[in-house]
Amino acid sequence: MSDAVEFQNVSRHFGAVRAVDGVDLTIQEGSFFAMLGPSGSGKTTCLRLISGFESPTAGAIRIFGENVSQTPPHLRNVNTVFQDYALFPHMNVRDNVGYGLMVKGVGKAKRHEKAEEMLSLVKLSGYGDRKPSQLSGGQRQRVALARALVNEPRVLLLDEPLGALDLKLREAMQDELKALQSKLGITFVFVTHDQHEALSMADSLAVFSEGKIAQIGTPADIYDRPRTRFVADFVGSSNVLPPTLTRALGGPESWASLRPESVRLAEAGPISGVVTGLRYLGAATRVSVRLHDTDVAALVPAGQDLPREGSSIAITFDPKSLHLMEGT
Amino acid sequence: MNTPAIFAAKGLADRLTGLFWRRPRLFLALLLALPLLWLGVIYLGALAALLVQSFYSIDEFSGMVKEEFTLKTYAELLRPSNFDVILRTLVMSASVTLGCVIIAFPIAYFAARFARGRWKAVFYLGVMLPLWSSYLVKVYAWKLILAKEGILTWAAEATHTSGILNALLALPVIGGNSLSTSYIGMFLVFVYVWIPYMILPMQAALERVPTSMLEASADLGATRAQTFRTVILPLALPGVIAGSIFTFSLTMGDYIIPQIVGNSANFIGMAVYQLQGTAGNIPLAAAFSMVPILIMLVYLTLAKRAGAFDAL
Repeated sequence: MSDAVEFQNVSRHFGAVRAVDGVDLTIQEGSFFAMLGPSGSGKTTCLRLISGFESPTAGAIRIFGENVSQTPPHLRNVNTVFQDYALFPHMNVRDNVGYGLMVKGVGKAKRHEKAEEMLSLVKLSGYGDRKPSQLSGGQRQRVALARALVNEPRVLLLDEPLGALDLKLREAMQDELKALQSKLGITFVFVTHDQHEALSMADSLAVFSEGKIAQIGTPADIYDRPRTRFVADFVGSSNVLPPTLTRALGGPESWASLRPESVRLAEAGPISGVVTGLRYLGAATRVSVRLHDTDVAALVPAGQDLPREGSSIAITFDPKSLHLMEGT
Repeated sequence: MNTPAIFAAKGLADRLTGLFWRRPRLFLALLLALPLLWLGVIYLGALAALLVQSFYSIDEFSGMVKEEFTLKTYAELLRPSNFDVILRTLVMSASVTLGCVIIAFPIAYFAARFARGRWKAVFYLGVMLPLWSSYLVKVYAWKLILAKEGILTWAAEATHTSGILNALLALPVIGGNSLSTSYIGMFLVFVYVWIPYMILPMQAALERVPTSMLEASADLGATRAQTFRTVILPLALPGVIAGSIFTFSLTMGDYIIPQIVGNSANFIGMAVYQLQGTAGNIPLAAAFSMVPILIMLVYLTLAKRAGAFDAL
């Protein structure tokens, strides 16, 4: 397998703002790659650097081995699903989907046939005559997807495509996108600020912070072994322990992360604290225990006894699950 | 003590707000009363009176208006001398509109796409500033600029481009003795005075086209020219049509510029001015006034049929 996209020390500065700052990155062909980070972390700028709507201030970008610094967007066989979908309001769905073929001079009959094929791929057969304004948010999203796939791009870029959808629709689309990607074998690059989305969909992901990549790896790498406090905080749900607490729990004096599912509650023990809160999650309950001024969460599976808020309780954990992190 | 669940109405403002909440139609009626009086009675009423007058005719012997409905006055419009006036006005209005579209588009596009902050203010000021000074002053200023002894002739001599100027003036029909006495000069002045009315609606329409739509077009493989033709132009068309309604109808109704600049050939506005004044032929003046209205209606119908408003 070759590399679909490669960033070599790429920077994009807007005046004094370093939107992207010295990023090295390789995206494998045929993979589902997620760029995760809070807003303003540079993930969308990276996407726009691939599509060509931004040019790097420094560094080189290669798409399938070719340096694209002089290549305008319309000559890159890379297509984008825009965050606001950017469907053309004056065209019906069929013409929207067939647009990429139209500008290449493909005849009307062939264009319509291919558009219909794409629409059935995204389960919108028979919607060709409608205008985008007559569709729901989820349907528009599918049209945007069909339109971006009609040119059979080598890389498909998705800019927070599910952000505007409600939870149920979003989960359905996540499954569909994943299925579509394995079916077509196209490299997907997916920008999101939703850690669950990134972890559940991507083969590998990059976590962005202030224009730099904080960590890059598989979802399991990122979740189990966050490299820095920022990654642990942002990817979330894991306990982030300050150095003093790590030491109190028997580790070295360093920041550490501890997954809530590896923390067990006990009647009594050397490490004890006060229960400060209970959050019901359905399959489990998240119990917060205050240890040395830090709330540490433990996940108690449904059916087990729950402590009362305010009561004293001890915790135990497997020392191997204590993961040490870089930085201070 | 708890605060009350329901507050007592105090004063007129509370009572009126309550009244409008209970009777939304009353609010609507009050809102529209004054504009409806203006639009319905004064404006549409005047237009109806005009329409009625145009179906009267003038008694050729006494010069009095005969208050009987007839199509005789409209038939007079088709007399070659009158029909020439209509045709001349129509061609000038269409040329001025086209000229405005071509010059206004880049300005409007710049303002909508690129101008931010201070540049946006410069744009609005630049477009509006000419509207603040008197229309007559501007037209007379142009007459001086375009005159044979004016600055344009001088500039052409200074830059050794007199040849081009003379070649333009030597053109049949639209040329003339000097720019200020030719159709070319009249066209320039018309474009100058009406162009703000083209730029502003165009800019408003272009501003509503999100950047992501242009990016989507390029992303899908379109060249700049293709994006312009298939995305920008269709989406900006309602604005272009709105602007052209202004430039077209303002040119058709104008009676000052053709009097001051040009070869004193008659235009609809001038004809109306003379007919209702010195000639005292109100019915023919009314019939002439109906022509621009009819032309605009035909124009809008054609534009609608061509799909110009589909993007609205």
